[in-house]
Amino acid sequence: MSVRRSTLIFAWILLLPAVLYVTVIVAYPLLDTFILSFTDASLKKTTNWVGAANYEKIFNGTFAEVIIRTFVWTAFSVALKMIIGTFGAVMLNAAVPGRALFRVLTMPPWIVPMAIGIFMWGWMYNGQFGMISGLLQNWGLIDGPVAFLAHGSTAFWATIVTDVWIGVPMVTLYMLASMQAVPQDLYEAAWTDGAGRFYRFRRITLPLLVPAMITMSMLSLIATFNSFDIIWILTQGGPNGDTTTMIIDTYRTAIGSKRYGEGAARAVLICIFLSIFCIAYFRVTHRLASEEHR
Amino acid sequence: MSQPTMIHRYRWYELVGIYAGLLLFLTFILAPFVEGFLVSLKPLALLFSSPYRFWPENGSLAAYRTMWVSVPGFARYIFNSFFISTIITAAVLLLVVPSAYAFARFKFRGSGALLAAFLAVNMFSGAVLLIPLFRLMRSFGVLNTYFAMIVPGVAFLIPSAIWLLRTYMMRIPRELDEAAFVDGASHFYTLRRVILPIAMPGIAVVAITTFIGSYAQQFIFALTFNSKTEYMPLPIGLYAYFGRQEVVWNELMAASFVGIAPAVIVIFFLQRYLVSGLTAGAVKQ
Repeated sequence: MSVRRSTLIFAWILLLPAVLYVTVIVAYPLLDTFILSFTDASLKKTTNWVGAANYEKIFNGTFAEVIIRTFVWTAFSVALKMIIGTFGAVMLNAAVPGRALFRVLTMPPWIVPMAIGIFMWGWMYNGQFGMISGLLQNWGLIDGPVAFLAHGSTAFWATIVTDVWIGVPMVTLYMLASMQAVPQDLYEAAWTDGAGRFYRFRRITLPLLVPAMITMSMLSLIATFNSFDIIWILTQGGPNGDTTTMIIDTYRTAIGSKRYGEGAARAVLICIFLSIFCIAYFRVTHRLASEEHR
Repeated sequence: MSQPTMIHRYRWYELVGIYAGLLLFLTFILAPFVEGFLVSLKPLALLFSSPYRFWPENGSLAAYRTMWVSVPGFARYIFNSFFISTIITAAVLLLVVPSAYAFARFKFRGSGALLAAFLAVNMFSGAVLLIPLFRLMRSFGVLNTYFAMIVPGVAFLIPSAIWLLRTYMMRIPRELDEAAFVDGASHFYTLRRVILPIAMPGIAVVAITTFIGSYAQQFIFALTFNSKTEYMPLPIGLYAYFGRQEVVWNELMAASFVGIAPAVIVIFFLQRYLVSGLTAGAVKQ
């Protein structure tokens, strides 16, 4: 179909509503964040330019620690999501009776309102009465009650586990779909040649799965880096800031203390990191696609 | 004929391994729901007692009755969640159907970059843009209304909807458009009378995933942009069970299950579409 003038106009008419909408609700706020980050905007009536003062403040404070914590938190969460999610997909890919049901049972964490799943975890982490501490005590694995959300190190891991739980279904279903897209005749050819199940998995499934794994880990990285609800509901960044990630810190500064300017500077840093991930994602998927066409 | 069945035959120890793996995996996935359900059956006195007991002795469904009494607005919260998700889904479809068609059919200067820009929206969560969005909603004068949750909600669901529907529409043969053109149909007529009917299953999938997405993710905008009880969606409304002294956990869990029932019903009937919707990106473009 050649691009005639009328066609081009038609295409733009179709695109215009969505483009305008996203420009106003996403692109303009991005720009506004950037501008705000150089001001002392707050609840005060007046707003002044402060140059890079907000950024200086950030790096003189504890924010470097927050950045490192965010990366560690994200790295563990993504790695666990990929490992557990792929494990689930491999199990669900086996042609055993009941797998249609098992596949449905994988979905709930992804589909129910996130807040509800997080409330349930909040109760399970309860030290006095929650299931995890309770069962571990009943089995004699720990001596006394452990309030998982009250101590820095356990709260750090507890929020990761909940984040993994919410992220796993998507990884599993995505990896499962990729596995089922592997041509069956490859397996049958290998099987005819006497290759065992494990050998077929290692030499056919795994190599063909690598592109999907890379794509999914990058998508998961971006989603995890943005994770807000889980930490906010479980700990609000506590205890003593031990679960405060960049997003949580931004929210506390901007919405909690109404220091919009300082919050915006934090948001700009998050956007810079996200843009780097985003560019990496596009480059990697582009490379994978062009390799496939060769 | 016998080959495909032979290749899938498992030895007994392989079967044991697979089922053990599935058990482990599904335990992790479902444990919170099992525990949540058991909590909803336990009386508060049993909940707040040591040592921990997994099974609800003398459990009852009482919490499913009392939850409506202690938080009278609960039905309203569920209605709000549905209402917000429905409007968001309708708005997303209105914006996405035309643009997905444009992306699927027309190549012009900058179309690739524009599509990438849309996808990049996915990278930024609402949380990052909260400050300017707050100011924007304030200047629109929609703070503390449904729109404060609907307007930003739509924007962040557009990218994946465009991606999904574009993929679907690219599979519709071009010959159909061309045949319509040859017969003298206008662009608009072709879209409305030729493409839309064929794309209906794809549009349905996008509608379902968008609805589920907005139902599942109503939190941060509702937390920040609305403080009116009568407009609160379910996730924020559940905070009503957090009393001054202690959380009424059995009622909170009962209310949670009532709140997720619609989603569970949707999964049950539509899971095939959901999976195909989710995995559209995984299948080769």
